[in-house]
Amino acid sequence: MADLNICKAPDVLTTIGLGSCIGIALYDPVTKISGLAHIMLPDSTQIRNNSNIAKFADTGIQKLYDDMIKAGANRTKIVAKIAGGAKMFELSNAGTQGINIGEKNAIASREKLKSLGIPLIAEDTGLNFGRTVELYSETGQFLIKAVGKQEKYI
Amino acid sequence: MISLQEVNEKYLDVLTEIGNIGAGNATTAIADMLGLRIDMNVPQVQFLPVEEIGTSIGAEDEVIVGIMLGVGSDIDGSMMFLMDMNSAHHIINRLMMRPDDYMEDFDEMDLSAVKEVGNIIAGSYLSALSGLTGLTITPTVPFVAVDMAAAILSVPAIQFGMFGDNALMIKTEFSDEMKINGYFILMPEEESYEKILSSLGLPV
Repeated sequence: MADLNICKAPDVLTTIGLGSCIGIALYDPVTKISGLAHIMLPDSTQIRNNSNIAKFADTGIQKLYDDMIKAGANRTKIVAKIAGGAKMFELSNAGTQGINIGEKNAIASREKLKSLGIPLIAEDTGLNFGRTVELYSETGQFLIKAVGKQEKYI
Repeated sequence: MISLQEVNEKYLDVLTEIGNIGAGNATTAIADMLGLRIDMNVPQVQFLPVEEIGTSIGAEDEVIVGIMLGVGSDIDGSMMFLMDMNSAHHIINRLMMRPDDYMEDFDEMDLSAVKEVGNIIAGSYLSALSGLTGLTITPTVPFVAVDMAAAILSVPAIQFGMFGDNALMIKTEFSDEMKINGYFILMPEEESYEKILSSLGLPV
């Protein structure tokens, strides 16, 4: 949670139990340099305490992208897949900001990817359950696991 | 304005006390409901970085039960009560008068019993908080999720993450023949923190 990392083939990156958070997988199919971020909140500029850049969609995705370029990934080849952003509880009036933070996270992630010119080629977001994800740097496959549900690759 | 961290450190003792009274009320309520004698240990108040909240109960992928309620009236926010699966099965089996080794997935009836337990426990904590602060605090209907710990705990992590880097969790241990572990998280909106504090006579 609020963390990010990159790797090279044949390594696998994983993050467990994405709820309303988003897992952003970036992948360069040529160099097979891969990155995974687990962001919690959409926008660092809306938060006073924003020292952990991995916590936010805007700064987290930027850092992940920069790290991958630094490691040798080709900026024109990188593609993205995202998962998470669930609404864990159907609460309708719990405060003002808890509502559908998952959806806000998904929207912010898509926007940030777009601004970096990274194509979003697959996503599994929303609904009301947690997801564990694994990014396979050899193939770029993004495995999604959920309690009581069939595993799937996107 | 003071930071949440400062706020929390200032009233850790008060929170422990609220936790104590709340857990006491909850224990009595559950004991009445189940017709059992239940003992309670002194709750532990934990203050932890939001990044660690997902692992605070057990493994991130361990399936747990989370019950969430909104709170309104004088303060705004939400609260959550969490139990591990064994504890939840234990309580629900008691309520449903089933043998204790019954471990099938919860059905609709079971889930509504879980909500009711959450309601009682949440109500117990809220009346403790209400009694100490003199504030009127009303809960909404409860919502329940049975899922991976990290996914459920992402909700309070995000809530706290919006205005700080730390979250507060009260761990309560009940025991009858079996130990029941429960975790309680109160998530007031930032302005409500100050309201609670000043109502307790603490400097804001």
